[in-house]
Amino acid sequence: MAVVAESQFHVLAVDDSLMDRKLIERLLKTSSFQVTAVDSGSRALQVLGLSEDLTSSPAVYPAHNEIEVNLVITDYCMPGMTGYDLLKKIKGSSSLRDIPVVIMSSENVPSRINRCLEGGAEEFFLKPVQLSDMKRLRPHILKGKSKEQQLQQEEEEEEETSISSNKRKAMDEELSPERRRLRLSNNNSLI
Amino acid sequence: MSLMALREQLNMLLNSMYIEGLLDQQFQQLQMLQDASSPGFVAEVITLFCEDAERILTELTKLVDQAVVDFQKVDAYVHQLKGSSSSVGAQNVKLACIQFRQFCEENNKVGCLNALNVVKHHYYLLRNKFDTMLQLEQRIQAYDSKQQN
Repeated sequence: MAVVAESQFHVLAVDDSLMDRKLIERLLKTSSFQVTAVDSGSRALQVLGLSEDLTSSPAVYPAHNEIEVNLVITDYCMPGMTGYDLLKKIKGSSSLRDIPVVIMSSENVPSRINRCLEGGAEEFFLKPVQLSDMKRLRPHILKGKSKEQQLQQEEEEEEETSISSNKRKAMDEELSPERRRLRLSNNNSLI
Repeated sequence: MSLMALREQLNMLLNSMYIEGLLDQQFQQLQMLQDASSPGFVAEVITLFCEDAERILTELTKLVDQAVVDFQKVDAYVHQLKGSSSSVGAQNVKLACIQFRQFCEENNKVGCLNALNVVKHHYYLLRNKFDTMLQLEQRIQAYDSKQQN
């Protein structure tokens, strides 16, 4: 199995409060993460390369020059797009749904916490976030990365098997008259 | 004043703030996050908190003064102030905000007026001590940089 290098992971922090942004930035940097801090969900989506354009197709494609983000940590209560809304947008995007998302909130509301976890959030941090909470981030990033590698491996294996199975299919069609008869009868039913 | 005397003053100030409930453990977290790579971190957070708090208190004063109070709006601001006071470790301010929110929930105008005064009282007490703290820190840092030269 490939070993994940101890390179710096990049965390996108989202919070509308300037003070809390400074705080989470310091917490993350002290824990050796690279940080980008933004003040809203829509800015976060821009960084992630997702367009808010409603006219585009549901499966939005990231821009070619987007930065790689390994984890998103977002405040829950924000004007406009809440942390929950942002979570749903990320998990609803085919290109971004494997990025782990952590939600922060100053209020301990069990129904809110459950809703976020059910919505795909990896964790829920109660504010004020502590230095010790930062340790809980790396496992989620590593899990995501190994999933990514597993998917890549599976895709490569699939490609190989589909190439050889196509070859077999071609041979089968020549040798199986029965199959041809079935196809003809199907065509007749179209009349 | 000597460097040692300055440091002692700062420690005494901090201790009194913890004992009197102006500050809680969260402030210690902030102190832990300050290091050589970010020497001005605590000062920066304190400054941001004070700017934020004063902005909110100004808005709250206007809102609670209205003939008909928009309690939802008031609550939203108090929630913000509660959040930032919690993040900076401003315990008494935070507790006063929690009380304030109770009155908002009850749509109690008189309660809100009183609660706002309590919040202001605690905030300005804290502001005063923060000012002294930052001044002491500046003087201490001036010593350190002199020694390095």
